[in-house]
Amino acid sequence: MASAKIHASAATHADGPRPFRPRLPGRGAYAGHHVLARRAPTQWLASVVERSPVLMRWFTAGERVSKRELFGCRMCGQCALPTTGYACPMTCPKELRNGPCGGVGADGRCEVHPEQPCVWVVAHERAVRAGHGDDLTRLQRPVDQRLWGQSSWLNYWQGRDEGMWTEPVEGGRDRGSSILRRELGLTPVGR
Amino acid sequence: MMSSLRDALADGRFAVTAEIGPPRGADPDVVTRKAELLRGWVHAANVTDNQGAHVRMSSLGAAVLALRAGVEPVMQITCRDRNRLALQSDLLSAAALGIPNVLLLTGDHPIHGDHPDGKPVFDLDGVQLVWTARTMRDDHRLLSGRRLTAPPTWTIGAVENPFAPPPGFRAHRLLKKAVAGAEFVQTQFVFDVPRFAAWMSEVRDLGIPERCAVIAGVGPLRSLRVLEHVRDNVPGTHVPDALERRLRGVPSARVDDEGVTACVETIQALREIPGVAGVHVMAFGFEHGIPEILSRSDLDPQEATPEVEPAALPGGVPHAG
Ligand code: SF4
Repeated sequence: MASAKIHASAATHADGPRPFRPRLPGRGAYAGHHVLARRAPTQWLASVVERSPVLMRWFTAGERVSKRELFGCRMCGQCALPTTGYACPMTCPKELRNGPCGGVGADGRCEVHPEQPCVWVVAHERAVRAGHGDDLTRLQRPVDQRLWGQSSWLNYWQGRDEGMWTEPVEGGRDRGSSILRRELGLTPVGR
Repeated sequence: MMSSLRDALADGRFAVTAEIGPPRGADPDVVTRKAELLRGWVHAANVTDNQGAHVRMSSLGAAVLALRAGVEPVMQITCRDRNRLALQSDLLSAAALGIPNVLLLTGDHPIHGDHPDGKPVFDLDGVQLVWTARTMRDDHRLLSGRRLTAPPTWTIGAVENPFAPPPGFRAHRLLKKAVAGAEFVQTQFVFDVPRFAAWMSEVRDLGIPERCAVIAGVGPLRSLRVLEHVRDNVPGTHVPDALERRLRGVPSARVDDEGVTACVETIQALREIPGVAGVHVMAFGFEHGIPEILSRSDLDPQEATPEVEPAALPGGVPHAG
């Protein structure tokens, strides 16, 4: 188990994460989320799957293969796709969860892999086109490095990834005071 | 903790910061000399952290040397080389050593540096690091939730690049940093003032200047070689054609002077933009020219004199206040 997790981590990957342009159009991905959303049936499915180690292995392999093909998924176990226009932030060479770095080329290229567009430029395009641009202003908590290799679907259906991100943050002068209260503490949640 | 940068920003005085690049070597005098050139001219000076992913004396060490030399440091900390444990312990050390300001950023990828074979860490990103620091200072807690015995008191800064894609998101990204806890932000080089002014109007619409002071990055293009380097290799800097034509239009011996003049004009134009709280002057290897740039920009040295007096620091290092 442990070795499988390490295998997927950024550092030991042959040349590190590489930007991936999603193969599934944004509209399809948002629609797919409705099917996979946490509800009684999916929660039940998760509990059934987790009762059998064999089933869990197959289920996790299924997620790995399908999401790798569609999104370049690296199995971080805590999926951010629903808030990133379904472009995987873990394919960013810096694994940034909160938006692009300052090094994006003028034409939107990744500074580490210039042959690829920056995943966050793609994420922004897709999210805005689908009317979900606000999602990108959510503050994303640090990644739990212990979850690499796990099924993010099971973690989501079982509610283990609660609190991974905040509500979208809003600007505006009138709301300045609420933000100055800095009510957003970054202490651990949900685990 | 006493911070003349924080005081200037709080009083609405135009803040001036510059940069000290630590040496590739163990000679403390290099830092001291650079600090002495800036002393009395700036509110604070950034001490860079393995800038461009090239190994240098650490920003913590060099920030202490700058402090001893009478220049208030802004210690830069990147997420490139340390995981969350090391980031938090270095933040605590900074506070314990009397460093009043920290600037928290994601950092360049090692692939562009002198150790491209090194392991990129990026355990946190720049926003999360700002958030972590704010939680340590104001909630007195580590990321783990454990309580700090004595909370730190630094002023928290961040960076933003107004000119990098995606254009519709850059002001919002700064908003995220402000909400996470950044009290000031320094920007990438501004050469294109109208484009920067347009970004500032987005920033004002989001109400950012009220909670996070925006300090605009500037620097002189002192030769055509520097111009080409900045234009082609420094991400997200847009050198307008007019500026390029202007520098190419003067005899080569005068490019230096023309570049400095253009920088002074940029500073003066930036002062007129509502919400711009100061300038951050980056002039690598030209620290001795910074006082000239500032005085020609009418940025009075007295106004910017830091209150830190070397003689007032017991053993050269004050206590965390
Ligand atoms: S589970 Fe993690 S690695 Fe996979 S797509 Fe989602 S965010 Fe990317």
